[in-house]
Amino acid sequence: MMRALLHVLLVALLTFAGMAHAQAIEPMPFADHSQELRFQHLTQQLRCPMCQNETLADSNAPIARDLRNQIFQLMQQGRSDDEIKQYLVDRYSDYVLYDPPLKPGTWLLWFGPLLILCGGAGVVLVAIRKRNRDERASSLSADSMSADNTPTDNGDDW
Amino acid sequence: MNRLLPFFGFMLLVLLFGFGIWWNSQHDQSAIPSPLLNKPAPAFVLPKLYEPTQTVSKSDLLGKPYLLNVFASWCVECGAEHPVLEAEGPSLGVQLVGYNYKDAPADAKRWLAEHGNPYNVLIADEPGSTAIDFGVYGAPESFLIDAKGVIRYKHIGPLTPDVVASELKPAIAALSHETQP
Repeated sequence: MMRALLHVLLVALLTFAGMAHAQAIEPMPFADHSQELRFQHLTQQLRCPMCQNETLADSNAPIARDLRNQIFQLMQQGRSDDEIKQYLVDRYSDYVLYDPPLKPGTWLLWFGPLLILCGGAGVVLVAIRKRNRDERASSLSADSMSADNTPTDNGDDW
Repeated sequence: MNRLLPFFGFMLLVLLFGFGIWWNSQHDQSAIPSPLLNKPAPAFVLPKLYEPTQTVSKSDLLGKPYLLNVFASWCVECGAEHPVLEAEGPSLGVQLVGYNYKDAPADAKRWLAEHGNPYNVLIADEPGSTAIDFGVYGAPESFLIDAKGVIRYKHIGPLTPDVVASELKPAIAALSHETQP
């Protein structure tokens, strides 16, 4: 008896949980499963303008819902993914793209890390060269003053 | 000199950090720069809030510059902005066009009755679909549109007396210089 009651409770809870989930992102009348997958893939690449840390797919903001509907409508009109992205960029700028496009304004963003890497490599190279030169110089001076038996410090003390 | 190198490196990082803090305090991180700036405003046809059978289109508003103010009764910040519009609106020298965004007309009318109506023209976009063409993603937002229908200035978030004095009024002044000669 008790067990049956628990079962009923569990089923009820699960049903409610399912309903709550369905309300978060409302279902759309997709033509087929591949279209649904395409829609999900596309909305995951786009950022909600209102809540910038959420994708259009995840966000529950009213504007995200409107934009999802708009994307769905555009898909029904046979627009390609690139056309839909361009549609949104024309209105909301590159901010809606998680992947920023390569253009003069984003060169620093794309190549900045490479620049820093090259700078770091340059500093390391100069330091190694300098250390080699110092070592050679100190070993030369050690040869000339062979009477000095104290172990030489090799310049690590910076 | 070599001994001080790490210190200089550290100072450089401190400077960068300070610059980051300063930059973020000067710029609203949630404001997206509009790609529509200095481009023709999108065409629209929207019903009037008080006479829903009549519509207002973009071409109806051409000829004189206007400030399109996106607002809604559900928008908390619009309540903060409203007194500024009431106080500054008449002295701006441009038409105030109220753009009621994703709002039930009854709620909007009640809200305007309560807070006052500073708008010369009031249009309603209940489904919010035209707003997508304007790149609107919240309320309040304000667009300054010139006599030729080009968006000349956009402000995201509530207009404060500061913003009106330092940004909106100069933008309007620039428009009037242009149209006079």
